[in-house]
Amino acid sequence: MAQTSAPATDHAPALRSRDIASHPVPTGREEEWRFTPLAPIADLLSGQAPLNGGADVDAEADPGARVEFVGTDDARVGRTFLPTDIASARAMAAAAQALIVTLPREWQGVARVAVRGRGEDVAGHMVIEAEPFSEGTVLVDFRGSGRYVGALEIRVGDGARLTVVSLQDWSTDGVHLGEHHASLGRDSRLLMGHITLGGQIVRIAPKVSYQAPGGDAELLGLFFADAGQHLEHRVFIDHDTPHCRSSVLYKGALQGDGSHTVWIGDVLVRSQAVGVDTYEVNRNLILTDGARADSVPNLELETGEIVGAGHASATGRFDDEQLFYLQSRGIPADLARVLVVRGFFADVLHRIGQPELTQRVMRTVDGRLGVVALDGEAGDEELAE
Amino acid sequence: MTTLAISNLHATVETDAGAREILRGVTLTVESGQTHAVMGPNGSGKSTLAYVIAVPPKDPVPEGSITLDGQDVLAMSVDERARAGLFLAMQYPVEIPGVSVSNFLRTSVTAVRGEAPKLRTWVKEMKGAMEALQIDPAFAERSVNEGFSGGEKKRHEILQLELLKPKIAVLDETDSGLDVDALKVVAEGVNRFQADGTTGTLLITHYTRILRYIHPDYVHVFVDGRIVESGGPELATKLEDEGYERFLKAGAST
Ligand SMILES: Nc1ncnc2c1ncn2[C@@H]1O[C@H](COP(=O)(O)OP(=O)(O)O)[C@@H](O)[C@H]1O
Ligand SMILES: [Mg+2]
Repeated sequence: MAQTSAPATDHAPALRSRDIASHPVPTGREEEWRFTPLAPIADLLSGQAPLNGGADVDAEADPGARVEFVGTDDARVGRTFLPTDIASARAMAAAAQALIVTLPREWQGVARVAVRGRGEDVAGHMVIEAEPFSEGTVLVDFRGSGRYVGALEIRVGDGARLTVVSLQDWSTDGVHLGEHHASLGRDSRLLMGHITLGGQIVRIAPKVSYQAPGGDAELLGLFFADAGQHLEHRVFIDHDTPHCRSSVLYKGALQGDGSHTVWIGDVLVRSQAVGVDTYEVNRNLILTDGARADSVPNLELETGEIVGAGHASATGRFDDEQLFYLQSRGIPADLARVLVVRGFFADVLHRIGQPELTQRVMRTVDGRLGVVALDGEAGDEELAE
Repeated sequence: MTTLAISNLHATVETDAGAREILRGVTLTVESGQTHAVMGPNGSGKSTLAYVIAVPPKDPVPEGSITLDGQDVLAMSVDERARAGLFLAMQYPVEIPGVSVSNFLRTSVTAVRGEAPKLRTWVKEMKGAMEALQIDPAFAERSVNEGFSGGEKKRHEILQLELLKPKIAVLDETDSGLDVDALKVVAEGVNRFQADGTTGTLLITHYTRILRYIHPDYVHVFVDGRIVESGGPELATKLEDEGYERFLKAGAST
């Protein structure tokens, strides 16, 4: 299907529909698919490999929150999200049930969702409903093997403050195609985090839109691609409402032959969205030869009546000066590299603010850079005693 | 007893116009208990000398040797040199985003001492050293050198000097860009480091001002890549009065 939309809305998905037949099968020439290796997922996109509807999903929450599994015909499913591509449409049709996590009005607490791949091709669907003035954190943990396709829809009620962090740490064969769509109510705040470490192909497409003025979305991402991994994050912020904010920061590290990361940052400020403040940044650190980072920020302003708008993107190699400074203080080269990469990720992890996820990322960094454990880490534990 | 022996040291840099000789035969011995001041005009090669001691140069040394207690320094990598007991306080310390000062210090102290310091004593030691250098305790949680003022960077270099306690310290223009108060604080740090007589210091400077607070045993005048005159502290006084003019002429005529 040729794309002939007007330039200003170039990057807004042309189609939103549950109907599989309405979505074309990607050929790889489409802007949305040109970076993704299609061969390993062609059978999923074409439907040749049918998705099993019974994803292994487990959820628990602090008292008061509701965790339910419902049919995908439930009225709360598809309110915030409709598939924008054929993979999502197939998944939504195939999913036997949807998980709904409801954080009641003024509720405070944490909910955890675990999705475990069992080597099959599975579809899933999740809905997070943060009711007005709730202050919740939802941690979603994707692990295991096989291929998972599924959406995450997030509804942030008026005045609610919600943190949703999803960890993608699949086995080496893992494939994950997911759209994460959030809609923000009046004066609400959403922190959406993506930490993507493991998997052969992980392609996450977060989208944010606003129901009323005063919404504030912060998107934070961290990815580390090793040899042969394709990790893709396609952010779309749809500023369709006046006086809302968005702040986007994704940081990636890459090493090894054929490691590939893609970051797309589409921000659209529509003509009615006056008083918007938006800023997006992607930084990538290339650790070895043979790695490739694609970074495409795109800011489209249909109105000039805004508070601020900007973007930045930079991809660089290890700073020899930094390594040299650390080594000049006796720190061996491999440990110096670990410190620099840990430091590179530090601001994102600090802002995400989940110590156990920080630990997990740091362990992955240490392991992938060939250092068993930093002495400093033992020290931190000692300190905690 | 430690000896850093520099003998007939040459260094070149590759330029568009071919190899250029920056160090042209430097011979100098620093022993524990001694403070040597190397003084010279801008561009004379002082930083090149400092770096060649602590860091393997891009262009290998064509002639001469550096040994630390008989060990061949030129054969060591930069981190090996630090673990062998050499330390370079840099003129332009590097910023490392996201790496906290406390994490950095503990990691380097662990590397240099060969074992992690006990946490309880370490925290006390670090806090004490920071206090002595009038460094705000909040510094421990800031990223290394990031957003530090010139004076803060230099104090942070001396903090490392005191905690790592190398055998031989090389200070490259640690005094430049400091106001008098900061200069005194930094000088006191160097004097504490040097106090017990087990370490040696090679103090590289352009100005005589710092020598009011750090008293060298030996002063070397460095011009055009080599030492043109050596003497005691009185040589610094002479330099203060006469400047480098006389030596520049002497350097040119040889
Ligand atoms: N990488 C380099 N390429 C070319 N010339 C250099 C390089 N590094 C230093 N130099 C030159 O070597 C000389 C000595 O420099 P330096 O050691 O920094 O002197 P000082 O510290 O005494 O001011 C200067 O003339 C400088 O321009
Ligand atoms: Mg210099």
